Amino acid sequence: MSQRCSKGDWVMIHKVILEPHQRSKDLPEDTAKVPLEAWIKGWASESAEVGQEVEITTLSGRTVKGRLVEVNPGFTHTYGPAVPELTPIGRELRAVLKEAKNRG
Amino acid sequence: MARDTSYQAVMARQNEIMKKSLGMDYEQFVSGPIAFDYEAMMSGTGYTLEKIREIQREVGVGETPLLELRNITELVRRNAKPGYGARILVKDEACNPSGSFKDRRASVSLYHAAKLGYPGALAATSGNYGAAVASQAAMRNLGCIIVQEVFDSRYVGQPEIIEKTRKCEAFGAEVIQLTVGPELFYLALLLLEETGYFNASLYSSFGVAGIETIGTEIAEQCRARYGKDPAYVVITHAGGGNVTGTARGLRKAGADKSVVIGASVDLTGLHMASDRDFNRKSFTTGHTGFGVPFATWPDRTDVPKNAARPLRYMDRYVTVTQGEVFYVTEVAATVEGLERGPAGNTSLAAAIPLAAELPEDEIVVVQETEYTGAGKHPQAQLDFARRNGVEVRRGDPRENVPGKSIVIPEDFSQLHVTEVSLDRMRRSYIRNAVQRNGLREVNEEEVRFLSEDSKLSLEDVCKVLEEFGVKVRG
Repeated sequence: MSQRCSKGDWVMIHKVILEPHQRSKDLPEDTAKVPLEAWIKGWASESAEVGQEVEITTLSGRTVKGRLVEVNPGFTHTYGPAVPELTPIGRELRAVLKEAKNRG
Repeated sequence: MARDTSYQAVMARQNEIMKKSLGMDYEQFVSGPIAFDYEAMMSGTGYTLEKIREIQREVGVGETPLLELRNITELVRRNAKPGYGARILVKDEACNPSGSFKDRRASVSLYHAAKLGYPGALAATSGNYGAAVASQAAMRNLGCIIVQEVFDSRYVGQPEIIEKTRKCEAFGAEVIQLTVGPELFYLALLLLEETGYFNASLYSSFGVAGIETIGTEIAEQCRARYGKDPAYVVITHAGGGNVTGTARGLRKAGADKSVVIGASVDLTGLHMASDRDFNRKSFTTGHTGFGVPFATWPDRTDVPKNAARPLRYMDRYVTVTQGEVFYVTEVAATVEGLERGPAGNTSLAAAIPLAAELPEDEIVVVQETEYTGAGKHPQAQLDFARRNGVEVRRGDPRENVPGKSIVIPEDFSQLHVTEVSLDRMRRSYIRNAVQRNGLREVNEEEVRFLSEDSKLSLEDVCKVLEEFGVKVRG
């Protein structure tokens, strides 16, 4: 992964929207202790290193400043590994249906 | 001069921002601290059911197939008493352009936004609705911003919501991914102010009116194919729009006898705004964490008066467990050839035990499905649950403890529903209505409204008010 973006690169930035003391007063204890953070994607207005502040232009045309976290950010979420508790279910029920059919 | 963007200042400007971003002044419907003219607000969209069908047809939304689940029905009948086990049908809403019934909601909002000349639309949602707004915005070449709650403070994201981020971006929307907290709405307001976008709220009359078509289609399809209305319509219930819109559509089609049943995944004990609990949930929608608070106090949303008022329409409210929904998702894929959900299968999980209550010649309609994808899939979600310290095992689903264990049933016959007392929820609604408005006394008009909104009789409303120490004037 590139550690540096050039002007015009598609990047993701991070910024704090509200520090803990600026947040809603109506929060559970664990949430109240941490800031409200945001990750936003867009085209970099200038070159920057990961970790540095950079301005971006988002898909809606807004300009936003934040800390550069990734260049060409993508998605790596998956379907996950097989879950042993799920794999036998289809076979179990098809056997039941077959038995019901055979009995007519 | 730059506007004050602090949390308090923006929240204080809430009404002003909403009025501008919705293009509708809710004040015209309000007659007191609680009472407002609900039907006038619903028809205030200016769109009839016929017009909405036309709008949806134009963008390929709705008119989804109603599929008969023959193998699941057969399995229900094997476990039911002789002659029982209603036919189970499912409305395959995954066939909508963005993969869920939410396209119905978004279609009317985006039509309206375009008509009024807004440059784009914004929605604060971590659900399928984001993709629906993004897809409809793409069709109308409007800008689109979706604000989502995705990560906990460790930057660990819910796999289901990460997939929803991807989907929104695929349709060309700007997505702002946030950590946990209700200030999602603060940021949404701030962005509405900055961009002048339309507030494509889930809870506006446009959104909820868009769902009515699903109810009328269900009635029409059942009559055409089976010559009768469904005995039960089972609806996944979260924020209340799905129940409200579908039930209104059924009524408009004259299906007055169909029993409207809301179904949610039981997440009792998990706090919705808790950073720690966030990733201990394996469902991010369709659960009691939204279902109960939104039914007992609808006006907690991003519109002045919520169009989704499920207590008016729900005849029964049941819960199922996370393990049962994952089980049923696997069942639908392997014995019906329908890979859908999981969250949208909440109503299917409930429909199975409910169908066993009815004779074989009756019909139970499961009112939606949703698309599945990476992250938004039982394997991904159960793997994630395990990695977050939640036990996953097979066993009796009654042993399921939200946030601690997910118990996948060992047998089809273990699927069950837990009945939630609607009477208690109706009373809780009355308490919220008076307490949140700081009322010590109410007039007769307010009592009438509370009765309509809670579906309690006038006498019962007065009794409940008396218990809470609220006087009735006049």
